[in-house]
Amino acid sequence: MRQIKLHGWGRYPVIAAESALFETTAQAERLLDSGENWIAHGMGKSYGDSALSDRVLCTRRFNKLLAFDAAQGVVTCESGISLAELIDIFLPRGWFLKVTPGTKLISVGGAIAADVHGKNHHVAGCFSTSVLSFRLMLADGTVVSCSPTRHTDLFRATCGGMGLTGLILDATLQLLPVRGAGIRERITRCGSLAEVFDQFEAQRHIDYSVAWIDCLARGSALGRSVLMVGAHHNDEDLLPAQKRRSAIPIDCPGFLLNQYSVKLFNHLYYHAHPSTEGRIASIDAFFYPLDRIAHWNRMYGTQGFTQYQFVLPKKASYEGLQAILNRIAVSGNGSFLAVLKLFGAGNDNLLSFPMKGYTLALDFKIRPRLFPLLDELDRMVLDHGGRLYLAKDVRMHSNVLEKGYPRAGAFKSIRRQYGCTTKFNSLQSKRLRL
Amino acid sequence: MNLLILGANSDVAWATAKLFAAKTGADLILASRNLELLEKKARDLEARYDICARAIAFDAVAYDTHKAFYASLNPRPDGVVLAFGHMGDQQQAQNTFNACRKMIDVNFTGAVSILEIVAADFEQRGAGFIAGISSVAGNRGRKSNYMYGAAKAALTAYLSGLRNRLYKSNVHVITVLPGFIQTKMTEKMELPGLLTASPEQVAADIYAAYDKSRNIIYSRWFWRWIMTVIRLIPETLFKRLSL
Repeated sequence: MRQIKLHGWGRYPVIAAESALFETTAQAERLLDSGENWIAHGMGKSYGDSALSDRVLCTRRFNKLLAFDAAQGVVTCESGISLAELIDIFLPRGWFLKVTPGTKLISVGGAIAADVHGKNHHVAGCFSTSVLSFRLMLADGTVVSCSPTRHTDLFRATCGGMGLTGLILDATLQLLPVRGAGIRERITRCGSLAEVFDQFEAQRHIDYSVAWIDCLARGSALGRSVLMVGAHHNDEDLLPAQKRRSAIPIDCPGFLLNQYSVKLFNHLYYHAHPSTEGRIASIDAFFYPLDRIAHWNRMYGTQGFTQYQFVLPKKASYEGLQAILNRIAVSGNGSFLAVLKLFGAGNDNLLSFPMKGYTLALDFKIRPRLFPLLDELDRMVLDHGGRLYLAKDVRMHSNVLEKGYPRAGAFKSIRRQYGCTTKFNSLQSKRLRL
Repeated sequence: MNLLILGANSDVAWATAKLFAAKTGADLILASRNLELLEKKARDLEARYDICARAIAFDAVAYDTHKAFYASLNPRPDGVVLAFGHMGDQQQAQNTFNACRKMIDVNFTGAVSILEIVAADFEQRGAGFIAGISSVAGNRGRKSNYMYGAAKAALTAYLSGLRNRLYKSNVHVITVLPGFIQTKMTEKMELPGLLTASPEQVAADIYAAYDKSRNIIYSRWFWRWIMTVIRLIPETLFKRLSL
């Protein structure tokens, strides 16, 4: 046990916490027994306060492979192993993740807890679709095996449950067979929101799709975007590209990021991406462009930043996004990394984020007038029947959660039923009264 | 190649095992006290690198078991990485002789006990390599950790003599001198970030030393120069310092 300063990927808030490492199930059980308010902490990539608490169980050392079935592509691993490690080990053998988010520097436990999604959500669903089973340590130290057919209530609550139902010990995952490590990519430049919506629909049969969107564009250019779609390319080379990583070595002064620099960046980015077809991108370049820049979160300066990600039901998406983008453009609170994506249908997990519709993710530097703006956006999101992503959240009010997640009540009852409410807590769960 | 790793539950040992398996496809014999954890690591290495890995109980200070332990290894190892050690608390070692003796026993006596058995086998076979992990703490005694330093100094001298002895038998001995490493052994210490290596960096240095048949390596490399400076400080001055 060690006193440390801890924060999420957004570097806000920074708290003092007791951090404990463990390597065996027995050690984890002893730790759990020794106190309350635990939350599992993997690679610290959730943006807000989901993995922050007085006491954190660091899963970093609990990262062993337990079994691999080479014929079926089924791997069992402890929850602290990173997606990057799994890719390094199994891509050369012809296996990739069925679902991967935009960073591979997250743990398997974190991927389950946030029920993460990727560029193929519209065809493949969330990370939980690749989870055949997992073992969960409950508040009293007992270990239960959960799957879509065993302890279904805990399975549905734990996938997307932000670590609040217990400690995920290990998981059995179905991998995806691939014959090459390249992605055949197509880039489509879209001059307006209507155009990018049309293109998402037109290209929805393609496995992977995501759009960068210029959130400061206004008027007829509102919603102008660069849509990137891709599918696995079956070439012979299975080795992931080993590009050298760069890093942001220090905190950038906060003033570097203002509406003028963001406007300039967005202008250049849009014009640097003409529509192209058929380029083969590496797995790293296509899925994890930002992983190549270590500590890119330092770009936002010492005060930190938050990512605001919401989803709107499909019917309300066009109108809602127009209204929200307009509001953001007027505020001048721009973001380099605004990402738009078409989701497929949602799943049965109680707190899983995606639903059929469009999701938009925006980064905002923490500054005094930001939270009132985000409160305003919350109301617009709720008015259009949408909700916010818990893995990014650091500030929403509990009523925003309750309105956005109709099954939050069921989640709370499961927490009570399994005695989790004192043993497992994060700053987020306390704020949201989960 | 069959590689025996003694003290295989340490972080440096784990990183070294992974690197040798990845680079050479070596089969691994993992030896340590906590078999539960060790078994898990062996299974991980097998799934990860498609090699054979075994977990075997080994206690550095159970000297009288060492002969039987080594005789039970089949096949015999072609290389040995000695990675066990015990840091302990300097103040406690000053207060109670048992704490002090544990440091000497694990870091030095235990190492000598098992390595003599390995050396005799390698010498007879006329092949093999031994990488012993000592510490820069053994290069000069300081008040903050001279018990640990003294035990490691003895180990360093021992490895030097062993290298000399086995040279003619075509057995290579590597002395590894790490500085600060971020491991579970140092988890509770405040380490200077820039001078602190990760277990993976130390493993890479050990592998490079094996690959290039180096004799004495510092890990990270700059510790060679730091320790050169520290050794050059005259004793009359050094005894007044708090390093």
